[in-house]
Amino acid sequence: MDQSSIASKVAEQFKSKLVSSGECAGQSFITINPIDLVEILSWLKSDTELKFDRLMDIGGVDLIDHPSEPAHRFEVVYQLLSYELGHRFRVKVAVKNESVGVPSLWTMWGIANWMEREVFDLFGINFDGHPNMRRILCHEDFVGHALRKDYPIDKRQMLSRPVASVMTEKQEWA
Amino acid sequence: MSVGETPELVTDKLILNIGPSHPITHGTLRIQVQLDGETIERAGCEIGYLHRGFEKQAENCFYQQVIPFAERLNYMGPVHNSNAWCYAVEQLLGIEAPPRAQAIRVITSELARIIDHAICLGTNLVDLGALTNFWYLYGYREKINDLFEELCGARMMVNYPRIGGVMEDVPEGWLDKVKVVMTEMDIVIAEVKGLVAKNRIFIDRTRGVGVITKEQAMSWGVTGPCLRACGLDYDLRKQNPYWGYEKYDFDVPVYQNGDTNDRMMIRFDEMEQSRRIIIQAIDQIPEGPVVSGDTRIALPDKDKVHNTMEGLISHFKMIMHGIPIESGEIYSVTEGGNGELGFYIVSDGSPNAYRVRVRPPCFANYSVFPHIIIGSQLADIAAALGSINVIAGELDR
Repeated sequence: MDQSSIASKVAEQFKSKLVSSGECAGQSFITINPIDLVEILSWLKSDTELKFDRLMDIGGVDLIDHPSEPAHRFEVVYQLLSYELGHRFRVKVAVKNESVGVPSLWTMWGIANWMEREVFDLFGINFDGHPNMRRILCHEDFVGHALRKDYPIDKRQMLSRPVASVMTEKQEWA
Repeated sequence: MSVGETPELVTDKLILNIGPSHPITHGTLRIQVQLDGETIERAGCEIGYLHRGFEKQAENCFYQQVIPFAERLNYMGPVHNSNAWCYAVEQLLGIEAPPRAQAIRVITSELARIIDHAICLGTNLVDLGALTNFWYLYGYREKINDLFEELCGARMMVNYPRIGGVMEDVPEGWLDKVKVVMTEMDIVIAEVKGLVAKNRIFIDRTRGVGVITKEQAMSWGVTGPCLRACGLDYDLRKQNPYWGYEKYDFDVPVYQNGDTNDRMMIRFDEMEQSRRIIIQAIDQIPEGPVVSGDTRIALPDKDKVHNTMEGLISHFKMIMHGIPIESGEIYSVTEGGNGELGFYIVSDGSPNAYRVRVRPPCFANYSVFPHIIIGSQLADIAAALGSINVIAGELDR
């Protein structure tokens, strides 16, 4: 199924829940609120015509300097793939500011565990229900969030203390 | 203690730290395990030792200036990353590279895949104690590095692709040399496989070790050879062809067990398939330009820059003001040596990207690692880790 028909199918199902939708270079996407994320992604995963059984990527975007000046500061972008049907789709979650949490998807897809940690590390977006919300790329003593637009590119932090334990309390949280 | 009495054994759990500078971690990974005897009970991974802010850097320079940085993502098959970056920007611009440039991209990317797999196999076998194979495979890699040197002057970080095509046409006679090197691959693979494929020690060390199940592979977003070793047939070159891959006749090897042995054997097969693609691409390579003629996107010929006013203006505009790209966004995927390499680019209409997100295949492949080693022996970490082929440059960006 091509991406525009996927977008219209989703729009039909969740008309009132979409913040916006759009298309660029032949790829469609929808923007939703954090509160509806689990419901919409579960539906996309289980619907027989869509079968988005794979989550490929989660990335954050800081929109504070973006010329379109949206009402929300951050977006968390989910790239979905259907293994069987081969089509892709993009779902964005509008996060007003850092005090708003996004529900964690780690029980639905294992990949979400580390990917969400990375978004937290680099943007400071919190994921509710995540079992191990620690920094992943930067050192745990790092101050600030490096990929935010207001973090200066030339700001250095000297951090060398070794991290004592990297194991989690339960193995499935690793 | 009287004669015949056995002392009670102390059986504490041992926390063992492996890396970041341990030989089996190659790059910079850290694994912490809890051991009961030799059996792994719990494991955790720490990454980020090679985090150098690629994404932040890419947001702060022009699109064309990202090309050399992109090569340093998967530094074992560098040219594929810059090819993929240029392809992503081209998709955002809505243009296509000329057919000859696309064929050159296929050839260089497949050469990159061959050296990536050769290094993965060579180092993985060294981790298992089989040093000879390392020399065979690295010797072959040298020949491919020589080809790159002749192509553009650099052996590893080639900086050869350009947005809208490639830097310049291949040198006279280069394609024939590639063919000769490709015919030598049989000897290398036969030598290495002859040493390991039916070797009892090798089989005992790798079969049933570090198994990724189908369900785990689906859930953890595993892609590339690791996915195909689990019996899942997914290759972007077939499913979502780019650069004219649909024109070439090649097979996608699929193995069923998902263990270390399958992950290694599939790489031998993929090297052979890459060779098939390269030979076909050389035979079918069309004539024509190798870079887009649109001077807003690609630099004009040096001759035009030196001798015409228009050429000089285009050159100046391109260097000083960058490529004009309208605001928009793209998620572009290609099949890298380790799986799906994705670039998510958000543009706000300025000459540098507003946001660049790399979807590194290693990150997803490695995130399943602490789960697959539970219950195996300590020495199995070396075998399993090598066969996943974690490239720290790509993992940590």
